[in-house]
Amino acid sequence: MLQFMLLFSRQGKLRLQKWYVAHPDKQKKKITRELITTILARKPKMCSFLEWKDLKIVYKRYASLYFCCAIDQDDNELLTLEIIHRYVELLDKYFGSVCELDIIFNFEKAYFILDELLLGGEIQETSKKNVLKAIAAQDLLQETSPSSSLPDWNLTVILHALTWDPLEPRKHLRVFLKTMALVKGNASEDCCSNETTLGFGY
Amino acid sequence: MPAVRGDGMRGLAVFISDIRNCKSKEAEIKRINKELANIRSKFRGDKTLDGYQKKKYVCKLLFIFLLGHDIDFGHMEAVNLLSSNKYSEKQIGYLFISVLISANNELMKLIIQSIKNDLSSRNPIHVNLALQCIANIGSREMAETFGSEIPKLLVSGDTIDVVKQSAALCLLRLLRTLSDIIPSGEWTSRIVHLLNDQHMGVVTSAVNLIDALVKKNPDEYKGCISLAVSRLSRIVTASYTDLQDYTYYFVPAPWLSMKLLRLLQNYPPPEDPGVRGRLIECLETILNKAQEPPKSKKVQHSNAKNAVLFEAISLIIHMDSEPNLLVRACNQLGQFLQHRETNLRYLALESMCLLATSEFSHEAVKKHQETVVTALKTERDVSVRQRAVDLLYAMCDKTNAEEIVGEMLNYLETADYSIREEMVMKVAILAEKYASDYTWYVDVILNLIRIAGDYVSEEVWYRVIQIVINREDVQGYAAKTVFESLQAPACHENMVKVAGYILGEFGNLIAGDQRSSPFVQFNLLHSKYHLCAAQTRALLLTTYVKFVNLFPEIRVDIQNILKSNSNVRNSEVELQQRSMEYLQLSQIASSDVLATVLEEMPPFPERESSILAILKKKKPGMSEGVTGPLKENKHPAAVINNTGVSYTKNSENAPSLAVSADLLGISSSLHQPTINSAPPASSNNTSTNLLVDVFGETTSPTAGGAKSAIGDGIIVKNEESLKKFICKHNGILFENDLLQIGIKSEYRQNLCQMGLFYGNKTNFQFLSFTPSISSPNNLSTKLNIQVKPVDTVVEAGAQVHQILNVECIEDFTDLPLLTIQFIYCNVQQKLTLRLPLTINKFSEPTVMNSESFFTRWKNLNNPTQEAQKIFKATYPMDSEAVKAKLIGFGIQLLTGIDPNPENYVCAGIIHTRTLQVGCLIRLEPNTQAQMYRLTIRSSKDTVSKELCKLLHELF
Repeated sequence: MLQFMLLFSRQGKLRLQKWYVAHPDKQKKKITRELITTILARKPKMCSFLEWKDLKIVYKRYASLYFCCAIDQDDNELLTLEIIHRYVELLDKYFGSVCELDIIFNFEKAYFILDELLLGGEIQETSKKNVLKAIAAQDLLQETSPSSSLPDWNLTVILHALTWDPLEPRKHLRVFLKTMALVKGNASEDCCSNETTLGFGY
Repeated sequence: MPAVRGDGMRGLAVFISDIRNCKSKEAEIKRINKELANIRSKFRGDKTLDGYQKKKYVCKLLFIFLLGHDIDFGHMEAVNLLSSNKYSEKQIGYLFISVLISANNELMKLIIQSIKNDLSSRNPIHVNLALQCIANIGSREMAETFGSEIPKLLVSGDTIDVVKQSAALCLLRLLRTLSDIIPSGEWTSRIVHLLNDQHMGVVTSAVNLIDALVKKNPDEYKGCISLAVSRLSRIVTASYTDLQDYTYYFVPAPWLSMKLLRLLQNYPPPEDPGVRGRLIECLETILNKAQEPPKSKKVQHSNAKNAVLFEAISLIIHMDSEPNLLVRACNQLGQFLQHRETNLRYLALESMCLLATSEFSHEAVKKHQETVVTALKTERDVSVRQRAVDLLYAMCDKTNAEEIVGEMLNYLETADYSIREEMVMKVAILAEKYASDYTWYVDVILNLIRIAGDYVSEEVWYRVIQIVINREDVQGYAAKTVFESLQAPACHENMVKVAGYILGEFGNLIAGDQRSSPFVQFNLLHSKYHLCAAQTRALLLTTYVKFVNLFPEIRVDIQNILKSNSNVRNSEVELQQRSMEYLQLSQIASSDVLATVLEEMPPFPERESSILAILKKKKPGMSEGVTGPLKENKHPAAVINNTGVSYTKNSENAPSLAVSADLLGISSSLHQPTINSAPPASSNNTSTNLLVDVFGETTSPTAGGAKSAIGDGIIVKNEESLKKFICKHNGILFENDLLQIGIKSEYRQNLCQMGLFYGNKTNFQFLSFTPSISSPNNLSTKLNIQVKPVDTVVEAGAQVHQILNVECIEDFTDLPLLTIQFIYCNVQQKLTLRLPLTINKFSEPTVMNSESFFTRWKNLNNPTQEAQKIFKATYPMDSEAVKAKLIGFGIQLLTGIDPNPENYVCAGIIHTRTLQVGCLIRLEPNTQAQMYRLTIRSSKDTVSKELCKLLHELF
C-alpha cells in the first residue's frame, strides 16, 4: 500500500502531498523535510529505491519535479515507479505538456486526478483512457463561467487575447499565467525552470 | 479534451502569483497574513457570500495550508460547500475536508450527513466523490456509519463499474481502520467473484480488497485461489492487443498480474493438481517471457515486465516446492545482477536474499558469490552496496564463510560510514556462527576492532570475551593475539578493553615467554592507560588487581600505580574508588582471599548472541528473511546454545546485581558503563558478600529511571526530570532539538526565587516567544507566582533568563504549569511543562534530640496526621544514596534516634505564609524483601500525604 506521495521541486519546495495514512501535521512536516533532503542529495544515476525507516521510498525526477512515494516493505517497487509515470502521463494529457507551474496553479486539479488514479493508497484504475474520461465527466458537470470573470488589466488582457487558443485551453491557461508572472516581474530563472515540461522517459 | 474551466478562480491565481513573487519569507508571511485577515473578515461579515466566493476563499485557505501554515478557520464554510448544487463547489469542499479536517472534528456529523446524501445520489460522479472522501478520511466513525452500506454498493448489479472500483477500495480503507466490518457469509462468494468481473478496472480494485480480506480470514476466502489462477492465466497468455487500454507499454495488465501473484502468496501451493499445474504453467510463461527480446526500448516496458517477473519469483520462493522454478529464478536474477539498470541490480540482490534461504536454491545462489562481491566493491550507490552486504550475509554457510567474511573485512576498510556498524555486526555474527576453529573467530573480531574500531559496539566486544571465557581451547591463543595487537603503534581503545580483560584473565598463559613476561604485559597495558577514557581505565585497574593475583612478582609495581596521585585523587569517583579499594585489597587480603576474590571468571551462561538481537531490532524485515521461523531449519540463529534468556528482562530483574557474573551479556542501557565494564569480580558465591563491600558498587540512581512513570499526554512528559528536581534545585528541566530549559532556584522560608533559562539551540530566531505560568485547579490561592516578562525574540544560539518570584501561601499539591509558545521558522511551537515546585522545597531542616523527637512524634497521634506507605524499592537500597536523597529533600537527617540503626529518621518544618508545619519522617528499609516502610507525621494531614507521595517515589 502506498503510504504517501510527495511532489517537490529541485529547490526543495513541496508542490503536492497526499497522505494515505493519518499522521499529525507536525510529523508530516518532519517526514517531508527529511525525505526532501535525502532525495535531493542523491546523484542522478543512483537507484530509484531506498530504505527509509520501515518503508521503501520510490522516487523519480521529471524535469524540475521530484515524485516520491513511500510504500510498504512487501510492495512492488517497479510498479510504483510506473504509478508515478502514469500519473505524470495523466497530468500531461490533461494540461497538455504539463509543467511545474500547472501543478502550482491548479493544485486542486492535480488532486482530483490523483484521486481517480489512486484511492486509499491502492491503484484504482490503470487505464489512462478511463481516468481521463472520469475527469472529463467531472469537468462537464462544472458550470460555464460568466465572461465577467476574465481579467481586466490592460496588458494582460491583450496578451491573454493574443495567446488564446480554443483548441488547447490548458495550454492557453499556462501561457496566460506565465505572462502574468512576466508582467509582474518574475521572469527569474525559477520561473523558467518551472516552465520546463515534465516530459517522459528519462 | 477537458472543457474550459471558465470559473478559473482569478482571485486564487492572483494570490498564488503574489506568493510566488514574494522576495523573502517575511514578505510571504505578510502577504499570507493579509489574505487570512481578508478571508476572515469576509467569512465573518454580514454580507452572505455566494458559492463561488466561498469556494474561492476555501481554496485559498487550502493553498495556504499546503504552503505549511496552520489554518484554524473556514472549516464550516467548507462543510457548507458540500451541499452546494454546483459540482465544482462541492468538489472543493470535499478536497478541503479531505486534506484538512481531522477525524475527531466537531463538524464530522455534518460532513457524514452530506456524504450520505451524495452516496445516495443518482449521479455516479457524486457517489464517487463521496466514496473518495470516505477513503481519504477513513476514520472510525466513518467505518461505523458506512461499513454496512458500501459492500452493498460493491456487489449490486445496478452499480456502474467506476463506482464499484471506488467502493472496493473505500471498503478496504475502512477495513484497515476497523477490522470488524468485514462482510462475511453470503458476501464472501460475491466479493470473491469480482475476480471474474468483465471490467479489468473492477478486478484490479477488487483484488486489493480481497487480498486484505484473505489476510484476515484465509479459510473463508479460499475460493479465490482457483479464480485468481485462471484470471492470471488468461492475462499471461493474452497478447498485448487483447487487453486494450489495460496493456501498459506492451505488457498486459501488469498491476493486476502483480496483485494476483501477491494474493496467491497468502496461501500454500494449491492442492488441486489442475489449479497447481495451471499456476506453474503461468509462472513458467512469465519466466519464458523474460528471455524474449523486449517489445519496446522504453524503460516503462521493461519495468512493467520485470515487476511481474519479480512478483512471480516471490511467489516461487514462497511456494518453495518447485526446485526447477527456483533454479530458473536464480539464473534470471543472476542475469539482472549485471544489468545496466541500477534499479534492477538492486532488486535482484534483494530478491536473491530470499532465494538464499531456500534449500533448493541456496547452492544456486552461491554460484553468484563473485558477482556479488564485485557489486560490493564497485557499485556507486550505497543503497545497492547495502543490498550486496545483505545478500553475502544470507548466502553465507560453512563452506564459504571464511571467504565471505574475508571479503567483508576487506570492504570494511573503505565502506560507507552509514553501513559500517551493521557490517561489523554481520561479520561478528557470521564469524561466530560458522567458526569451526575459534582461533579464526578471535582473529576476525580483533581484525574488526583494528579496521573499524569506532563501529564495534559493546555487544561485539562483550561477545568475543564471553566466547573466550567459555572456550578453554582458545584462551591461550586469544591472550597471545591481543598481546600482539597491543604492540601496534596505534591501537583502538576497544582493543585495549578486550586486551585488558583477556590478559587479566589469561595473561598467565603467555607469561612463560620472556617477550610477554608479566612485567612486559603490565607495562604494555599501562602505556595505553593515560590515552584512554575513564571507562577503559576503570577496566584496566581491574586488570591490574587481577595481575596482583596472577603475578605476585609485580605486585609492588601495581601498588605503586594504584597509589599514585593521578589515581587515588582522580576526579572520576569511580577511578578513585577502584584505586583505593584495589590497593587495600592487595595490601590487606591474604593470598587465599586474593585468589578467591580474583579467581578466573566462571563460564557465562550460554545464550543467543546479543548482537543478533540488535541486528534483528535494527532490521526486522531483513533478519527475518534470513533467520525467520519459516526457514529456521536451514539457517539456525547464531547461537552457541540458546537458553532463551532475554537480556533486558534479565537485567531489569536484577539491576542491583551489577557486580555479578552476568556482566557482559547485559545490555548496557540500564547501567552506567563504568559499572558494566568492571570485569573481574565475583567468581563464586562465597566471595559475593565480600565483593559487594569491597567494590562498594552503587548502581546509579538513573538506572531505574528507564521505567519512568507515564506522563498524562496533554503535558510534555517531564515526569522523569520532575522526579530528579524533588531533591535538587538546579538543573535542566527540559530539552529537545529546539529548546533547552534550565532552572536555578533559591528558597528561603516560604519564599522562592526561581530563574528559568531558555536556550535557543537552533540557528534561527524564535519569534513571539512567550512563556507563561498557569496554576491548575485552585493552586493560585496557595502559591503566589510573579513572573518577569521576557523579550519576545530569542536570537539563534542565545539564552533568555526569566525570574519567577514565588510565595507559598498554604500547602499545595498541584504543580504550576509553564507554557511556552514561540514561532520557529514560521511554525508555531507550543509546549507545556510542569514546574518542579513541590511543597518540600519550602521545608527547613530541623535538628532535635531523641527525646524531643519522640515527644513530638507521640503528640502527633491523630490518625489523620500520619501518612504511611509500604512500597517496593525501585532503586538499589544503598544507604549513602538514600541519605543523599533525604538531605536533598530538605529535611534534617537525625542520627542515633531510632533504636534500629538501619532506619532513617528526619525532621523538618514546612514554611507557608499562614502556617508552619512541623514534619517528622521515618523510613524503614527491609533489604531482604527489597521493601521500605515510610511513615510521616505532621501537624497537617494534607502535608503528610503530599510529602509521603513525593518522598516514596524517590526510593
